Amino acid sequence: MSQDVLNTITEILTEEFGVPADDISADATFEKLGLDSLDVVELTLVLEEKTGVKLEDEELEDVRTLQDAVNKIAEKQG
Amino acid sequence: MTRVALVTGGSGGIGAATCQALAADGFHVLVGFGGSQDRAQAVADACDGAAQAVHIDVTDESSVTAAFEVATETGTLAVVVNNAGIADDDLLMRLDPARFDRTIEVNLRGAYLVSRAAIRPMLRARHGRIISVASVVALRGNVGQTAYAASKAGLIGFTKSLARELARKGITANVVAPGFVATAMTDELGDAARESLVDMAPTGRAVEADEVAAAIRFLAADLSGSITGAVLPVDGGAGI
Repeated sequence: MSQDVLNTITEILTEEFGVPADDISADATFEKLGLDSLDVVELTLVLEEKTGVKLEDEELEDVRTLQDAVNKIAEKQG
Repeated sequence: MTRVALVTGGSGGIGAATCQALAADGFHVLVGFGGSQDRAQAVADACDGAAQAVHIDVTDESSVTAAFEVATETGTLAVVVNNAGIADDDLLMRLDPARFDRTIEVNLRGAYLVSRAAIRPMLRARHGRIISVASVVALRGNVGQTAYAASKAGLIGFTKSLARELARKGITANVVAPGFVATAMTDELGDAARESLVDMAPTGRAVEADEVAAAIRFLAADLSGSITGAVLPVDGGAGI
């Protein structure tokens, strides 16, 4: 399940944000990948379409790495 | 793909002309109204293209949210025009806090609520045009218009900041600053305020609502993607 979400995020980052696939790992921070806060909001909008999980802005505050985002989505998927 | 344009205050003078101009450019226009549905429906019916009346009270967050739900159900939100506005003019010493607050609430806070709601759908589309209707008074001031001028000057600072925030995402934010336009709103102005506004313009005449709408239509166009954070005067030269 979590691996699926990580794969989905990886796909979005490479296809929509142009992040090189080699740079992407679970412990990479969005900041290091060149995404700012507005990019992260955009990413969550795409994730919402693909996973059906809606992340609110306040839930993003402590999301730094891809793994943080995966955990947050897994949490909400229950 | 249906491209949606939402115009707040869509049944007023500038609003109605803007709805018609955007409908003519192929947008599905949502004629936003806070008051009379009949007038908004008449504007929608008069549009040469797809248009419908939608209730949006810009002072009420839940009303704004509901209007944006209609927008996203209709198609891709491409254009938002912050046009809803009031002018409640008086000399400052007679202007009580409630009247000042109300002007700011509609003209400035309203644009904030509407623009904020527009960001998510525009971000997803990586395209958007947020156009706010200010006034030449924002730049020049006018007797009896402290509250109105403050609210409209606020829109300019708001828009420039928003333009910086969203520029990389294909979303532009601009201001149109009309001079005196004869509308139901400006009918409420005192004779002195109206005359001084017309006298400011080297053209020596009032601005037509269609002329303001033409500027909005221009800023809404796909090819205007490199214009952001701009204040476009449509004032007969009153701001010179």
